[in-house]
Amino acid sequence: MSVITYRDAVSSVLREALDEDERVFLMGEDIGPYGGAFAVTKGFTERYGKKRIKDSPLAESVIVGAGVGAAMAGLRPVVELMTINFSLLAMDQIVNHAAKIRYMSGGQFSIPLIIRTVTGAGASVGATHSQSFEGMYASIPGLTVVTPATPSDVIGLFRSCRELNDPVMFVEHILLYGTRGDVPSVGDYRVPIGKADVRRTGKDITLCGYSRMANVAEQAAGILAQEGIEADVIDLRTLRPLDSETLVNSVKKTHRALMVEETTRIGGFAGELVSQIQEDAFDYLDAPIARVAGAEVPMPYSYPLEMAAIPSADSVVAAARKLVNGR
Amino acid sequence: MLKAADVPDLTKDDLLGYYRQMKLIREFERESERQYTRGNIKGFLHVYNGEEAIAVGAINTLREDDYIVTHYRDHGQALARGMGSKEVMAELMGKATGCSNGKGGSMHLFSDELNFMGGYAIVGGQLCIAAGIALAVQYRGDDQVVLCFFGDGAVNEGEFHEAMNLAAIWNLPVIFFCEHNLYGMGASSKETLVMWDSLHEMAAAYGMDRYEVDGNDVLEVRDLMKKINADVRSGKGPAFVVARTYRLRGHSVADPANYRPDDEVEYWEAQDPIPRFRDWLTDEGIATIEDFDEIDSSVEVEIVAAAEFGESSPWPAPEALYDAVYTDRPTEGIPT
Repeated sequence: MSVITYRDAVSSVLREALDEDERVFLMGEDIGPYGGAFAVTKGFTERYGKKRIKDSPLAESVIVGAGVGAAMAGLRPVVELMTINFSLLAMDQIVNHAAKIRYMSGGQFSIPLIIRTVTGAGASVGATHSQSFEGMYASIPGLTVVTPATPSDVIGLFRSCRELNDPVMFVEHILLYGTRGDVPSVGDYRVPIGKADVRRTGKDITLCGYSRMANVAEQAAGILAQEGIEADVIDLRTLRPLDSETLVNSVKKTHRALMVEETTRIGGFAGELVSQIQEDAFDYLDAPIARVAGAEVPMPYSYPLEMAAIPSADSVVAAARKLVNGR
Repeated sequence: MLKAADVPDLTKDDLLGYYRQMKLIREFERESERQYTRGNIKGFLHVYNGEEAIAVGAINTLREDDYIVTHYRDHGQALARGMGSKEVMAELMGKATGCSNGKGGSMHLFSDELNFMGGYAIVGGQLCIAAGIALAVQYRGDDQVVLCFFGDGAVNEGEFHEAMNLAAIWNLPVIFFCEHNLYGMGASSKETLVMWDSLHEMAAAYGMDRYEVDGNDVLEVRDLMKKINADVRSGKGPAFVVARTYRLRGHSVADPANYRPDDEVEYWEAQDPIPRFRDWLTDEGIATIEDFDEIDSSVEVEIVAAAEFGESSPWPAPEALYDAVYTDRPTEGIPT
């Protein structure tokens, strides 16, 4: 084991992919000499050359679309959309083409394309740069959506994604790049796609989140433990395919469930989680399933307002306490 | 107009082969309209009548390992590439024997075997994908070309410009081929496209080689494409071609095309590429009425067989609903 940052974890799996597979190339905005908006690809052009590190124009549709075409023709592109906000400009390619070509062609063409992008709020970058659309992509059949929250999950999930032959949204979080964590030294370490991580076990309540909100839920569970409330903490890690079995089994044990999500409550992915719990564990519930989610506003710039708009350990603790104690 | 002496590399069989392909496409489309009226084809049906010389003239200049990407009006290109009329008709009917097992339909024809990389129904999206296929060719150091068809309507999409710029700046081996039929669905390009009358010059902004051709003259299309293929294959970078043509039918079979002026329709009906080529073959002394009769009969037989094949083919099995969403795993939400 060693301790590295989330950023270094992303860099290391990209280098590994480039070193191991000649069919892999990277393409995206400012990934070349600039080193990437989040310094993930620093030094890559010097090491791998312009053929494999393709600094693209600011043109999100063709970044993804060219990735789709190259994948159809036998390569294994890893493209970067600087943030998930910009993915809206590429939605035609992601949703109408990447996700559907295999099905529409009767299985003749697979699209082994990894789309890396960056989600999340809390970086003081205002309403247009602070959104979380991963749940929206998780609603699209044909896509795989992963949301690693730790350096080891970055490594384990990315390696598993490389073994898929279908399009993946690999969603990193803007506030996690500087976070540190243990990573296994074994070279074949994998995190299976569609397998949630039970971060902590407890008998009183299930806290479920993904991406940075899994970390927030875990932090909240630490505080709750001091009050005698023991929480199961589930990090979904993959939104599509979804490990609802782990979630549902946890709720059957704890009888209470709180979903923690950074995006807005209305139309958020937590709504789907709530649905699946009530479908499969209705008789086990001792309280309504609750959600802590983002405020129904475009993200404000001003720091205290932004903090008030996204879930925190404190707001999760308060909601959990209410659910367990009734107040 | 070219003379027979201008195409010494084409034998009588080649030339009659072109005639047969154009005729096959026309009759296939007539049959598909009949089948639509009978309720055997559903949804959208966009026929290619009037534009046959483009698919036949352009696609016959490609090598087997070159790639084709196209738009939703894609039956003509699929047939010109050699996809079986039976498999295409069955796909239009949503049958299990269709080229995509009935999963794609009229607008989304694919053939892995023929490097027919798909018909795309979101206007402009396919240009980006074509650029990516060309990128793969360049990356591997191969010498295939990618031929990407789209209509004049697509030129107004942002994806057109993103793909043109990327292809130009990276010198990709792709030919962007615009079938300029004067309408984007029902809107006249004269009203929507500032460069409608000199459309090929749009590519000047991307520093790209650009050409305009009579899209209703199969030999002119072929002649130009032979030159462009050679250039693009040799590493000269992308090219932009505008073929002037006309839809002899509406946007889809649901469109009576009442918005078109009579004199415009009359002008273009007189330019119908099939009678033009037939007259040319006659005038040049290459083919006789017996040749045409023989071909026309064989096309009729093929179309009848295609329709029968489609009608008699089975529907996809119910479990096919969940097939082919993912390569490596079943999709979510399969009822248990």
